[in-house]
Amino acid sequence: MTTEGHLEKTKSFAPDSRKTLRDHVTDDASAEPGAMEPAPLLRVTDLTVQFGPVRAVDGVSLDVAAGPFGLGLVGESGSGKSTIGRAIVRLVRSSGGSITFAGQDVGSLRGAALKGYRRNTQIVFQDPDNSLDPRMTIGATIAEVLRAHQVVPRNAITERVEALLTETGLDADFAQRYPHQLSGGQRQRVAIARALCVQPLLLVLDEPTSALDVRTQANILKLIARLRTERALSYLLITHNFGVVSELCEQTAVLYLGRIAEIGKTEVLLRAAAHPYTVALRSAVPEVDVAARRSRIVLPGDPPDAANPPSGCVFHPRCPLAVARCRTEVPVLREAGPGHLVACHRAEDVLAGAPMPTHSGRSLS
Amino acid sequence: MNGTPAADPAPAGRLGICGLTVCFGSRQVVSIDELRLDHGEILGLAGESGSGKSMTTLAILGLAHTVGASVSGSITLDGVELTGLPQDKLRAIRGRRIAAIFQSPSTAFNPVYRVGSIVTKALRLHGATKSEAPDRAAEAMRQVLLPPDLMRRYPSQLSGGQLQRVAIALAIALRAEILLADEPTSALDVTVQAEVLDLLRDLRESIGMSILFISHDLAVVAELCDRVAVMRQGLIVEQGPASDVLSAPADPYTAELLESVPKLASQS
Repeated sequence: MTTEGHLEKTKSFAPDSRKTLRDHVTDDASAEPGAMEPAPLLRVTDLTVQFGPVRAVDGVSLDVAAGPFGLGLVGESGSGKSTIGRAIVRLVRSSGGSITFAGQDVGSLRGAALKGYRRNTQIVFQDPDNSLDPRMTIGATIAEVLRAHQVVPRNAITERVEALLTETGLDADFAQRYPHQLSGGQRQRVAIARALCVQPLLLVLDEPTSALDVRTQANILKLIARLRTERALSYLLITHNFGVVSELCEQTAVLYLGRIAEIGKTEVLLRAAAHPYTVALRSAVPEVDVAARRSRIVLPGDPPDAANPPSGCVFHPRCPLAVARCRTEVPVLREAGPGHLVACHRAEDVLAGAPMPTHSGRSLS
Repeated sequence: MNGTPAADPAPAGRLGICGLTVCFGSRQVVSIDELRLDHGEILGLAGESGSGKSMTTLAILGLAHTVGASVSGSITLDGVELTGLPQDKLRAIRGRRIAAIFQSPSTAFNPVYRVGSIVTKALRLHGATKSEAPDRAAEAMRQVLLPPDLMRRYPSQLSGGQLQRVAIALAIALRAEILLADEPTSALDVTVQAEVLDLLRDLRESIGMSILFISHDLAVVAELCDRVAVMRQGLIVEQGPASDVLSAPADPYTAELLESVPKLASQS
């Protein structure tokens, strides 16, 4: 079995509009958010998602280029990163702004058009324990999706299920097993196989490795890297850990309280972040290598209540560099370098290496 | 900060494990020849799911029988044998002298009680008087940098990081000498994880607490621990000073675990 082999078969069976979609999108992997360029695969413009009094996402704009391409969404719990992913796959309704996929408005899709969109965008959740039906075998779980979307003829379903399992690094005989007979990492591979079975162009990976051991995490990340190349996948990788995006995502957006704090090339954000929150998040990642370890920047307190966000810059109550202006004036996203946007009044000082308080054996008193 | 533990007049090996085996029926899941936790030391016990690290914790707490496992061998606390002690004697040690915190703080608290009443009740059970219990609880909350008004809330109203700090506060309030921390940060954001690690480090510095820190993540172990023991399939494959083991692992399994840690620096 080769990937090309069954890709070929799909196309001959279901010659849908997606070939033209692929042609529509450009191969520009270095798309800059907000810049005037040919349309990306996915464009999120000024997205707002409101749950009652809480603005979970507040005016977020993002571009995802055609694959192979990875965009990392990094932030703490409550930063709105999962809500953005769910809004993109239409699991939650947006309250404002727009999402376009290959030039098509996603918010207005209905019926067959929406179903078609769901073939193009798939989601993988954090916890495969909850996303797989415990009473269905792995084979039945994947076959259900193949049938619903008529991906292959009925008599080819078993063969395709086995091909998908093999592609995601599982034995073909896993098709007969139930989720509880699998380990967490194996279940996550099944969830990925199920997402891939409709040949999506875009995957939303919502904390796909956070529930896993580091060694299993490393294997799942390797799988994503391989599929990215083999299937020319685009994906949003949602995580709270900078270490996870560093090898898999060209671009990274750092989110805080539903807003983009900083967005740019991952490598630039890791090397020369312009937002104090990015610097702090990065410094919180534990590292084995003592020499590479940076002193951790202390962020006092917890993320604020999203129902009652702070005035001015929402980050100011925890920001070690906050000045009077930060309390009153909302920072807008502005350029910090080529393709690098930051929402911080003090970005220049951060880039110049303004000192921030680090943890140094603070004593309990 | 991760150097050798400070020289201390207290006897070495507060907690000593010798020839410990934990079995489910005929299946042996833990077999540890020797492991010791010194005074004021943070010892990392690293390994994957199923390596036996959590069963080791349960055995130390005298709770392995609750999941159907049988324990043999020796576990000593300051030279006093714990295995075979009757449950009432163990109950006086658990919490009071050996405290434990677990991976998922949200399932560690009874959801129908307020946080404050959970902490004060535990203090009362371990002999605090009715008048002093609330004060000691409030003091412990202050030590873990939580606002005292959290005491009036229910567990579901706290974040994961806050709950884990309450669990640590409970250990402080009971003046536990040894803390068994079983994957205490694995369910938390990296930022919150960093705070909890700082807190554990501070506890060692300020009150000389000895900590057995269990984790699958060697990067976290590297940040926190003085020594590390790597477990695989119930056996300790390697142990030694964290800086030695992590910079030059002798066992290929340790090397593999190290290799799995996502590398941040690769791009910088």
